[in-house]
Amino acid sequence: MLDVSVSYNRYKFIGREFLTWLWFAVDTDHQGLEGLFEDPTSVDVGNRMVLENRQREAVETVTIKGDDAGLEEGRLALRKGAAVTEINIVCRRGEQQWQLTLKGESLHMTGLRCPPTGAVETKADLEGAVLEKVYLCDMIIQIVDTLFKAFVEIRLSDDWQNRVVPRIKQWIFA
Amino acid sequence: MGILSTSVSVTRYRVDGKLEQPIIETASERLKRYAISEMADEASEKLAGWTSFDAPFQPNFDGSSFVIGEYLVFALRIDKKNLPPKTVKKYCAIEEAKRLNESGREYLSRQEREMIEDQVVNTLMMRVPAVPNVYDLVWNYERSTVWFFTTLKAANEELETLFLKSFKVPLVRLFPYTLADLELGLSDTDRDILHNLNATSFSE
Repeated sequence: MLDVSVSYNRYKFIGREFLTWLWFAVDTDHQGLEGLFEDPTSVDVGNRMVLENRQREAVETVTIKGDDAGLEEGRLALRKGAAVTEINIVCRRGEQQWQLTLKGESLHMTGLRCPPTGAVETKADLEGAVLEKVYLCDMIIQIVDTLFKAFVEIRLSDDWQNRVVPRIKQWIFA
Repeated sequence: MGILSTSVSVTRYRVDGKLEQPIIETASERLKRYAISEMADEASEKLAGWTSFDAPFQPNFDGSSFVIGEYLVFALRIDKKNLPPKTVKKYCAIEEAKRLNESGREYLSRQEREMIEDQVVNTLMMRVPAVPNVYDLVWNYERSTVWFFTTLKAANEELETLFLKSFKVPLVRLFPYTLADLELGLSDTDRDILHNLNATSFSE
């Protein structure tokens, strides 16, 4: 494997393409995304998105936030050559809901809100709450990994250039 | 950032190696050896070490106190002293004026001013209390994964350094490339394709 800092910089685009693909998939193929999971799971775009255009010398950043924010400006930024660098997503499985922001280049999860855990009053409660929180974090990490794996499988196949990229372009310029 | 906070941030790592058996005893011994110390040099600017996630100011790694279920749960504490530049500037000005007054000279050399600044910083460092920051960590030993509950660059760099020093096994940060390369079970062919990927343009 390459040196970690070299590979971090060399392959920054993978995470950005993942988030751009994820937004496209949420917008155009909700059922296809749900079909990736054994347990019924939905994924939606949440209340924040950041796009960056690095094609010119200066970096242009477009931030869209707000619960009812329209994402048209994001699509416009994509038309100009930007990529999604951060996206807030809401995942639901049964009665449970997670909300988090994914960062493209690092895949950091920030502002992660898991379903609530029980109140902590004793030492035994504390251990129980930690185990419950770890379980809930593990579930959302598995959801994100499933999405990422689906992206990587497509990205490494001929389908990416032949079928998916033309469809993403069509969606961007629609 | 605490694991039990309502909103958390997570950086994921792969642990590239195993501890010597027996694992719990080895981990306990290493955590104790590199636990944060309250007796450290009072003039030092920063101090980092392991602490208990549920008692960050009284670290206790006896027995299996840091084991919850199948996880090792503890925290990295970084105590840092912050000297406001304006405070340093103020005390330097006072000290420089005093020296000039005592010597009857009109100015101090650059070297003298630098020495005064060093002395002022050292003196202030002794008096300023350090600000503690605690970042929780969950180590799934069986799956060789670590979740670190912050995405702050400085804290992550401190974690990577201290983890290697303490446990003699490196942490590999999981970002898109390493996640794909190490965690998805790709074939050699797919790993070659991954290695040779170039960015796609969606705007042409």
